[in-house]
Amino acid sequence: MMANLSAMKERRVVVTGMGLVTPLAVGVEQTWKRLIAGQTGIGRISCFDPSDLPAHVAGEVPEGPTAEGGLTLSDWVPTKDQKKMDRFIHLGMAAAIQAVEDSGWKPESEEDRCATGVMIGSGIGGLQTIYDASLTVASGKARRLSPFFIPSALINLISGHVSIRYGFKGPNHSAVTACATGVHAIGDATRLIMLGDADVMIAGGAEAAVCPLGIAGFSSARALSTGFNDTPEKASRPWDRDRDGFVMGEGSGIVVLEEYEHAKARGAKIYGEIIGYGLSGDAHHITAPAEGHEGAFRAMQSALRSAGITPAEIDYVNAHGTSTMADDLELDAVERLFGDDARHVAMSSTKSATGHLLGAAGSVEAMFSMLAIRDNVAPPTLNLDNPARESVIDRVAHEAQQRKISVALSNSFGFGGTNASLIVRGL
Amino acid sequence: MSEIADKVKKIVVEHLGVEESKVTPDASFIDDLGADSLDTVELVMAFEEAFSVEIPEDAAEKIATVKDAIDYIEKQKAA
Repeated sequence: MMANLSAMKERRVVVTGMGLVTPLAVGVEQTWKRLIAGQTGIGRISCFDPSDLPAHVAGEVPEGPTAEGGLTLSDWVPTKDQKKMDRFIHLGMAAAIQAVEDSGWKPESEEDRCATGVMIGSGIGGLQTIYDASLTVASGKARRLSPFFIPSALINLISGHVSIRYGFKGPNHSAVTACATGVHAIGDATRLIMLGDADVMIAGGAEAAVCPLGIAGFSSARALSTGFNDTPEKASRPWDRDRDGFVMGEGSGIVVLEEYEHAKARGAKIYGEIIGYGLSGDAHHITAPAEGHEGAFRAMQSALRSAGITPAEIDYVNAHGTSTMADDLELDAVERLFGDDARHVAMSSTKSATGHLLGAAGSVEAMFSMLAIRDNVAPPTLNLDNPARESVIDRVAHEAQQRKISVALSNSFGFGGTNASLIVRGL
Repeated sequence: MSEIADKVKKIVVEHLGVEESKVTPDASFIDDLGADSLDTVELVMAFEEAFSVEIPEDAAEKIATVKDAIDYIEKQKAA
């Protein structure tokens, strides 16, 4: 490793492992199968009673035996360690372990361990843990606060735990860019490999903000759907005229990124290549995108530039599409970018089935984009009954579509006006 | 075994996730029972809570084994 900058272009980065924990299922194939079948992971909130809050629906990771796609936490985190970690770390560990084991990468030498890094982020981190600790302090029991409170809540601690578990001694980092976290983690980790800082990076995001503070906070910001409390499966409806806010989801998506020659040399299974990455800032408003989503436009444009391809080569777009008013602004930006090529592209929002996984959304959806390429199938946009506006872009309403997909683009945008786009290609 | 010793043992089993048979009087929290420095801080807090005693930091630092904990708490309770 340790290539010089002029050699950067020669270091291609591929995905050799995947792990998913989503409201649809635990496991990559289980999640994907349910997504393609048009199933939803969204229901009434069950981990606490949401009656006092405006929003009653969310996407929660289903409990159950691992073999059946459910979450059995003790299969991933030893029981005695569980209370030292917030749920976002639990979910992140479950996805990271899947990804590392899927990749088959087990560095034996010190050199290989030092060339393997981790960059797993979260949008919010240990919100429930912070809430609980606040109650302890507020009740005059500050001296009883667990010594594990801080390491349980810190966002970069998934990266820490993964490195400790596997002995990965390379770059240990964490992206925190609200709902763009997952894409930034994969994109930045890809660049660390391209620059020679590592040969292998474990990258992605995790989130577990389906808790009273998370639901109340996003409700106050008028961001959540509140009109479908009695029909949760209909609440997430990107681009539909009746959409009224996003549905919060929890989970984690983590990939193993690897320098192409390194992966080839060890005969690793390769899902696809990260060929483009673009970033931008809106410089406009803390929660609302700018007119025409010009920040999204520039992020996508920059991703195309770094990939060295034109929009005509993109077959599928996994939209940010959160089921809010901003959906149509993203549509504007994609139409403008693609021009006449817009009629050939499929674009869907898988948040219609998973809800919005915030800091995990980008990495989960990057994986959906890779699986779309692998199986030549575009996952559906559920509940798109009456598009708020027409478009020449096929938004894959209701049912998955078999179609030739070789290159896909995945978008993620976050509060603060941060935008990131990733382009992936099959090999 | 005293009631205090019994209760200490139970807390150690619960917090460190170790088998009861391993929690012998001479067992060191760190060397024998797999605890790290943060685990021991939490253990001391659990003892304080369970026995309604104050264990100052300098005393806590000297509690390395199961027996150390039992002796300290018994002394506090007897005082």
